[in-house]
Amino acid sequence: MAAKSKKDLLVENAILAPLDWVDERTAAVRGTKWFLFRNVPRDISWAQTLGSAALTAFIVMAVTGVILAMYYEPSATIDPVSGKSVAYTSIESITNELTLGWLVRGMHRWGASVFIILLFLHMGRVFLFGAYKYPRELTWITGVLILAMGMLMGFTGYLLPWDQTAYWATVVGINLNGTAPFAGPWLAQFLAGGPEIGSDALAKFYALHMLAIPGALIALIGVHIYLVTRLGVSSPPWSGEAAGRERPAVEPAGARAGLVRGSGGGD
Amino acid sequence: MSDTSQDTPHVPGPSLWPIGFAIGVACLLLGLVISWIVAAIGAVLAVVFGLLWARDVTRDVRDEVPEIEPETRAVADTAAAASAPDAAPAPLPTYTRSRFLEASTIGLGAAIGAIVTVPVLGFMVLPSFTNLEESEADLGPIDNFPEGTFVIASYLANPTAGEVSRRTAFVRNNGPAESGEPSFTILYSRCVHLGCPVQPNGPIDEDARKEVNGVELRPVLAQSFGCPCHGGLYDAEGNRQAGPPVRSMDRYAFSIKDGRLVLGELFAVGSVSGSGASASISRYPWSTPGTHVDGIEAWLYPIVPSQVTG
Ligand code: HEM
Ligand code: FES
Repeated sequence: MAAKSKKDLLVENAILAPLDWVDERTAAVRGTKWFLFRNVPRDISWAQTLGSAALTAFIVMAVTGVILAMYYEPSATIDPVSGKSVAYTSIESITNELTLGWLVRGMHRWGASVFIILLFLHMGRVFLFGAYKYPRELTWITGVLILAMGMLMGFTGYLLPWDQTAYWATVVGINLNGTAPFAGPWLAQFLAGGPEIGSDALAKFYALHMLAIPGALIALIGVHIYLVTRLGVSSPPWSGEAAGRERPAVEPAGARAGLVRGSGGGD
Repeated sequence: MSDTSQDTPHVPGPSLWPIGFAIGVACLLLGLVISWIVAAIGAVLAVVFGLLWARDVTRDVRDEVPEIEPETRAVADTAAAASAPDAAPAPLPTYTRSRFLEASTIGLGAAIGAIVTVPVLGFMVLPSFTNLEESEADLGPIDNFPEGTFVIASYLANPTAGEVSRRTAFVRNNGPAESGEPSFTILYSRCVHLGCPVQPNGPIDEDARKEVNGVELRPVLAQSFGCPCHGGLYDAEGNRQAGPPVRSMDRYAFSIKDGRLVLGELFAVGSVSGSGASASISRYPWSTPGTHVDGIEAWLYPIVPSQVTG
């Protein structure tokens, strides 16, 4: 190998050495390479991007949700100034008064539908491609749980504006849960939180919507994507390539960047 | 490396008594703060377990040395194995110190976990089911209810909670029953499909509106009730005429106190035949909207919490 140029040296000392230092202690660089530089079947298409699209939608929801939480107040008490509930008043002010509030609220509200639609499209693609089969059963099962959590997000989030539509849709939703056999009426009473659906229900739905369910969702998405990375993306059913056939060795991804020590090979 | 001659047990075998003793002492100290009963229990525990422990520890001194199997470890000693290839492997001990420690760590962890989790989960769930009693609503003198027409009676069950606690009933004075007692048909406004506010299908006589100690009374000319949510339709007895409801409208029991109409508990109705004072009503304990109270489907809801969800 030729002597290193000044630039190479600079890169080595300023970027690669610190990365190596971190990697040696945490395996973070190896982990990132394992996650990002994977082989995928030659004949995949846009259909396989639906999962990533759903992930993007989820990230948008998480970020806009955190920002909305900075201005939204989950209280059913009547605001003495506006004569309306505090929750509804805070939603009105986000929409009509706070700079760019309409945009972030709109992203969160429309994004909710986009997220659910993408989940169904992604699920449909996985189903039609038969990608739920061995060894990806658990990927499918975590996906089903993600879908259930996603719909719970929609249910708990819908109440928060505390307007007539939100309120009565939630009354109907709670009672709909109440019709489930055996445990249904208990679940409905738990969600209603008392003899009427009021302040306690609003606070409960808010806590579920912004703390409990997103926490579960993030954990499930983590497992889901770990499994996708570990098992690789499946070939489409019409693929000419036999599943699992060895392909000629390629230069390990990242080797050129000098990121790899020894073995290389991100996958 | 290992000198086996020193690895013989020179302490008593594993014992649970010190743990009981420690719990007793902790209980005693806690009891000093909260109540003497707890302190007494703690003292008893500490004394009993302390004595048991002392008995165990002093066993050799008291000369009834038990047969204790020497403790052995299942460590693969390659050197020893190589030097004595024919030696039969020692039988695995059934209960070693490490297994005891493992079990007690898991057990204690589970106990601590339960002590912390159970009350927390209780706080999450129980407030929804407790302290839900509502006071009886007094709808005022029965003269305010003209015979044969419905009156919309509306009030806040819990004024601090605001509009969400509004209860509305459709009250019809049926005139005296055969027995001579006054008879009222009192339908609860919440739809037995999924809980939306059912509306009377007819003009409200706003001029005859009255307000009696916080209860708003408005006569209405209606022989049926409709639900705005999914088109449920009920007749003047609350029987389902159309749409998705699965039973007849809920009703209030009532009593007359000093000539005033007082609402009692809410109950569910399978169906009503006949009408007015002579109607026969199949009455059931209140149940969540959307749940059947009669027929085979009612088996799906054997126990229902007794409160009205809004
Ligand atoms: C937050 C929601 C979700 C995210 C972020 C997500 C993410 C992903 C990503 C990035 C992939 C890679 C391949 C692709 O995009 O097609 C994938 C694959 C997969 N997903 Fe999801 N997904 C979600 C929900 C679901 C749901 C609802 C199901 C079905 C019940 C599901 C089942 C699967 C399966 C079985 C695979 C493996 C497909 C293959 O290897 O070809 N996922 N997911
Ligand atoms: S809630 Fe009344 S018809 Fe559905």
